[in-house]
This record gives sequence, structure tokens and C-alpha cells, in this order.
Amino acid sequence: MALGERDKPSGQMTTGHEWNGIKELNTPVPRVVYFFLIATATFAVTWTLLMPSWPGINGYFRGFLGVDQRVAVTQTVDQAKVDRASWTTRIDQEDFAAIQADKDLMNIVRQTGAALFGDNCAACHGTDAQGRPGFPNLVAAPIMWGDDPKIVAETIRIGINGTSPDTRFAQMLAFGKDQMLAREDIDAVVAYVQTLSQPDLAATIDADALLAGATLFADNCAGCHGEDAKGMTDTGAPNLTDAYWTYGGDRANIRHSVYDGRGGTMPSWEARLTPTDIKLLTLYVLDLRATRP
Amino acid sequence: MIADLTRAERVWAMLILGSLGLAGLAMAVAGRNDLLGVHGWMVLAAGLGGFIVVMRGLELPEPSDDRLTEYYDAPTRLGLILTLLWAVVGMAAGFWIAALLAWPDLTFDAAWASFGRLRPVHTSGVIFGFGGNALIATSFHVLQRTTRARLPDQISPWFVLLGYNLFCIVAASGYLMGMTQSKEYAEPEWYADIWLVVVWVVYFIIYMRTLARRKEPHIYVANWYYMAFILVVAILHIVNNLAVPVSFGSAKSYSLFSGVQDAMTQWWYGHNAVAFFLTAGFLGMMYYYLPKRAGRPIFSYRMSIISFWGITFMYMWAGSHHLHYTALPHWVQTLGMAFSVVLLVPSWASAGNALLTLNGAWHKVRDDAVLRFMALAAIFYGITTFEGSFMAIRAVNSLSHYTDWTIGHVHAGALGWVAMITFGSLYSLVPSMWKRPGLYSDKLVEVHFWLALSGTVIYVFAMWNSGVIQGLMWRTYTESGGLSYSFIDSLVAMHPYYIARAFGGLLFLLGALVALYNVVMTIRMPATAQNEVVRDIPIQTALQAGE
Repeated sequence: MALGERDKPSGQMTTGHEWNGIKELNTPVPRVVYFFLIATATFAVTWTLLMPSWPGINGYFRGFLGVDQRVAVTQTVDQAKVDRASWTTRIDQEDFAAIQADKDLMNIVRQTGAALFGDNCAACHGTDAQGRPGFPNLVAAPIMWGDDPKIVAETIRIGINGTSPDTRFAQMLAFGKDQMLAREDIDAVVAYVQTLSQPDLAATIDADALLAGATLFADNCAGCHGEDAKGMTDTGAPNLTDAYWTYGGDRANIRHSVYDGRGGTMPSWEARLTPTDIKLLTLYVLDLRATRP
Repeated sequence: MIADLTRAERVWAMLILGSLGLAGLAMAVAGRNDLLGVHGWMVLAAGLGGFIVVMRGLELPEPSDDRLTEYYDAPTRLGLILTLLWAVVGMAAGFWIAALLAWPDLTFDAAWASFGRLRPVHTSGVIFGFGGNALIATSFHVLQRTTRARLPDQISPWFVLLGYNLFCIVAASGYLMGMTQSKEYAEPEWYADIWLVVVWVVYFIIYMRTLARRKEPHIYVANWYYMAFILVVAILHIVNNLAVPVSFGSAKSYSLFSGVQDAMTQWWYGHNAVAFFLTAGFLGMMYYYLPKRAGRPIFSYRMSIISFWGITFMYMWAGSHHLHYTALPHWVQTLGMAFSVVLLVPSWASAGNALLTLNGAWHKVRDDAVLRFMALAAIFYGITTFEGSFMAIRAVNSLSHYTDWTIGHVHAGALGWVAMITFGSLYSLVPSMWKRPGLYSDKLVEVHFWLALSGTVIYVFAMWNSGVIQGLMWRTYTESGGLSYSFIDSLVAMHPYYIARAFGGLLFLLGALVALYNVVMTIRMPATAQNEVVRDIPIQTALQAGE
């Protein structure tokens, strides 16, 4: 082995090896390295003695503290349930009117409902619950299946066109695609429907055409949307005379709805939410409607 | 390139490329009703194109025997250019997906531009394209200089470099078409994986053959690291990619593992890819180019040994810290955490060894941006390994896991450590590889340094902030025991940080473009007389040894 030489800046000897001009010092490993090696190793070994750790043939060492993450999480969840029970039992047991009359309880509903709504409903209905194209406004528009608290809770539970066996079912027929109405009839009925929410437009349409549209409406649409076109909660068909449109109220969008039909989906939330959560969301949404500016 | 090869090597090259073309044709035929067919045509084109190029050079005069008195650097030269090209591609993809997170409409309704497809183009582009090419190019250079031996032949290095890049292209184009194993950093499908195994085995053989013919009595530290990188990546790659294809005509395959075993195998792979690809390989780079540039001996040979074996041993067991609080049994998590904590010491010993090597050369760090890149890389290496061990502690992980903190951590390592040591090494290597007196512009290196540093700092701070905010928002409860924030609330809170992150990434990308320009201009500078170029210690040929 070649002899090392002394390196001036550091005062250390080199190892005597050289690779394309690179040399190495034979500096002893600083004590601090050994210190931390021992300290971290001591911590690591101690930790493995306290916690479940080393595997064996028939299982693993359980650790002297007897901690187990599954037990820990079950206990934490159970404890959280107990902590919440003071008000969740009241939500479960009391009827809607009683809860809505209790200020303190409604404050909890608002607090808890906001995150619940954000995590489950906002993706479609928007964080402000005011709907998005294809998804109705929950704050201002009439609720198609009825706004009685029990009905709203049931709609959340079973959904619309959902996977629950009890799910609500609603289908706007594809009058054009399925050739139930001729092209000019569709144009006439669309023009008529548009005048229901925008009466000013009636003046721009020929009176005969309007009458034809009205007749077509009575024959084809009134069964679900009602004679007065104000919607029916039994069928879930929307009110066509107000300013709220799930799929848009301009000529092109109404025509699209009549021609291709519609059949939106709301999931059956019973598969994912507890009855308490569903009741909370019902109260939360109805509260948004009651307190809207 | 062809002129360098002997006639026998040219014939070998044609045989290999012809076989590759045939394999491509077989893939194209078997996979004609599948996306596999597209890759078949690509492989066929690569094989056939290469075959024609070599055939046209077949009758060139034989290279003179003088070549054996010089190191074989042509593959390194191409590797360095490919490194920079992949840097630009990978970092541009990264900037795009960073922007996508802030402005999701930037997919322009194209399937290939969706986040899920572009993200692996970014990760594979920077890790395998940029990082892998840098490792291959520098390892060939370091290996020859530190053994005083020439690469064993002139065809296997090309096979490794070009074959590896074929893998990268097949991988990236597959992602855009929606082909993926859905395993992070192991997305390419079975046929690409098999090809990489072949390439990798040849890579390892080159290393072994050159080391066997070395004229230096000792094997330098850098080579320990490069070898650990090659060997362990092979093991990781093979085990994690064990899968059964649906058929030989289908790109789709199913992993041999399922459930939590699959998760554990994947993160054993994932964590050790960080350890042996992004750490060991680049430590090899650092151990050569940093002392060389600083003109200082390595601070402590003894500490090199402790760090090397500490890192090599500890990392292997730490992967389970990626699966804290999951279905993975608690005892595996405890062990992962325990090894991760000890791992900090050899990691810091490596960073310390690098920084203490600079003692006596700190004035050079101040004046020379190239060396400053490497010094900063060592600092970031220390920061990141500390953070990594810290985040591996279960209690810390309960806050950091699934948040942007992890992304910040990864980029402190990837930008601060991996990319900076690569750029530093690359700048110090380029002039001698093309026999130029220096770089085209030292000022541009300085510009690149500050772009890279500010980009990294902006990126990492943005992600630290957003990650911690995210983690806290997810675990904040109201007085009544419900969640205070919905997930969507936390997304809204992230938005400004996502914009900042994209900006930081843009600065880093601009730095890479500056580097590409500087290197291209350096290559285009007139060559200088041999005696003006920094000379390496001459090769010691077998002939001389026999005299």
C-alpha cells in the first residue's frame, strides 16, 4: 500500500490512494457520528420493544405497551361517537319541527352540515348549493319531489334514478330521438314552453303556432308537468313556469331536453351516509332555503 | 459513432438491431388489435432505422488501434445531450401538470393531456430520462477514469444507452396512450419491463468487466455507489414488476401481488428507487465530481465506508413508512419507522463528508457556480434526508401523509439534490468531453444557478405551506365533534400555493433551458489544441501492463 501524505489545510494524512487526481483523507470518523448512530439505534430498538414489531414464525412481537393501531382506531371512533351522542341522539329521536325550533341544535346542524354537504353534495350542486348545469339549485328553486322534510330526507336516502331498490324514478322522454313528435311539433312546443317562463316572448310568436304548441303540451307534457306546467312532485317533473332551469331555459337547451330527453341521477345515499347524516343534511339544506337572503 | 466500431462490432450491431426490429414486428403482429401494436411499430422502426444506419457504415475503414490508448467517451457525450433533452421534456411536463392543478381546464378536453397521463410523463421523464441518462453517462466516465481502464468493448455501452432511451420513449408514449401498470414509478407495462431487464444486465456486466480489468489497486467509493445503484435497481425492478400479461398480444398485465402485499412490494420498490436510483447513483456522481472540481481530497475515507454500508443496509427496510396507518400490519410500520430514524445518521455522514471535503476550497464555492451547484446539492441532500426521517415517524406522518408536504419533500430532494448535483457534474464534465477549454458562458451557469435555487425554494416553501395547511384542515374538528372543513374547502385553500408552485417549477425549467443552450454553444465552439484541454490520467492499456 502506498504511503499517505499530509494534507496541509486539514492536517490529516491521506490514505495513499489516488484515482485520476482524487485522493482521500484518512480522517477518523467524527465522534458525533458515533454518538448519533448509538442514540438513534437506541431509540429504534427501544421503540421496537414498546410497539408491535419483530416478526416470528407464528405472529409478531406485540410490544410491551400493548398498542395496536386497529384497537386504537376502533376506540377513537367509538369515543368520538360517545362525544357526539349528546346531540346526535336528539337529531335521531326528535322530529324535524322540534329540531328546527331549537336554536342551539340548529347551530350544530349548520356547523356539521357544511362539511357534510361539502364532502358529499357540493361536487354536483356546488359549494354554494346553487346548482350547476344538470344539477338543480337547492337554495332557491322549488324541490321537484317536494320540500317536506320527510320527503327531502327520503330523496337523499334513495336517490333519483339511483341504485336503491326504492329509488325515485324520473325520465323525460326523448320526443325527437324516439320519433314521438315531428320536428315542427317539437319547435312549436319548445316555443310555447319558453313563453311559460318568459311571457314577453309570446308577442314574438305567431298566435296559431302558440296555440298549436299549447295543444301539443296538453297532449304530451301535461301528464308529468301538470296542466298548469307548474310541475308535479309525484312525478318529480319540474315547474316550467319559473326562472329555475336545471338544463338551461334558452331555446336551444329546452329543444335539446325535448329532443333527446333527460334522466339525471342522484345517488342513493343510504349506501354511504348514516340515517343521522341524512337527517343532518336535510335540516342543513332546508335551513339554507329558510335563511337565504 | 459507426466509424469507432470494428467491423466485427458493426456486424454484431446489425444482428442486435435486426433482432430488435424482428421483435418489434412480432409485437406489431401479435398486438395488431391492441395498443401493444403501436409500440411494436415503434420498436420495429427503431430496430430497422438503426440497422440501416450501421449497414451504411459497414464498409468504413477499421478504427486505428490508437483508440485503445484513449478512454471511450462517445457514449458519455451522447448521454449528456440526452440528459439535457429529457430534462427539458420532463420538467416541461412537470410545469404543465403543476399548472393543471391550479387551472384544471388546461387539458383542452384531450384524453392524452389529462393529469393522470401527463403525470407519469413528468415523473418518468425526470427520474428515468433525465436522472437515468445522467447516471449512465457519468458512470461510464467515472468508471474509466477511476480504474484507468477502457470500457470493455464499443458496442455494449451503446446498447445500454440507446436501449435505455428506447425504454424511456416506449414508457412515455405508452402513458399518453393510457397504458400503465398503475404502480408509481413502475408504470411501464410488462414488455417494456422485460426490455429494461436486458439493458440493465448488460449495464452491470460492463461495470464488472471494466472493474475486473482495472489498473488501480483499489475501487473508488464512487464505483461502490454506482454498483449498488445498478445491482439493487435490477432487483427492485424485477420483483416489483412480476406480472402476468393478459396475452402475448396485449399490453395489459396483472401483478403477481394483490392487496396489502402489493402495496408493500410497491413501496419497498418505490422507496428503494429513491434510495438506490436517486440517492446511491447520485452519491457516486458527487464522490467523483465534487472533489475533482474542488481540488480537495475526500474528507474521510472511513466515513465513506460507514455511510455507504449504513445507507445500503438501512434503506432496504424503510419502505413501509409509506404505508403508515393503512391496512399494513402495525408491526411492519414500526420496523419501517425504526430503520428510517437510524438512516438519518449515514445520510448526514454522506452530506457531511461532501461539505467537509470543501474545507480549504470554500473560496472556489463562492466564485465557481459549477462547484456551488454541487455544494448546494449536498446541503439539500442533508435537508431532505432529515425531513424524510422526520416524516417517517408515525405521529408526524399522520399530519403529513397524503398532503402536499410529501410533494415538497420529494422536490427538495429531486430539484435540490438530484438535479443540482447533476447540473454541477454535467457542467464540469462537458468541456473536457468535447475538448473545449471551458464552457461557452460562465455567466449563464451563474444565471442557471440562481434560477434553479430560487425555483426550488419557491416550490418547496409553497408545498410545505400548502401541505401543512391541508393536513391541519383535514384533522380540525368543530366543538360538536364534526369536521370543520370539507375536502373541497382544503382545495380552495391550496389554490394560491399551486400557482406559486407552478411558478417555481417554471423557473427551474428555464434554468434547464439555459443549461441546454450553454452546452450546445459550448459544443459549437471551435475545438482547441489538445494541450489546452485538461488532461486525465492516461489510460493504462493491457499492452503496457504486459511490458
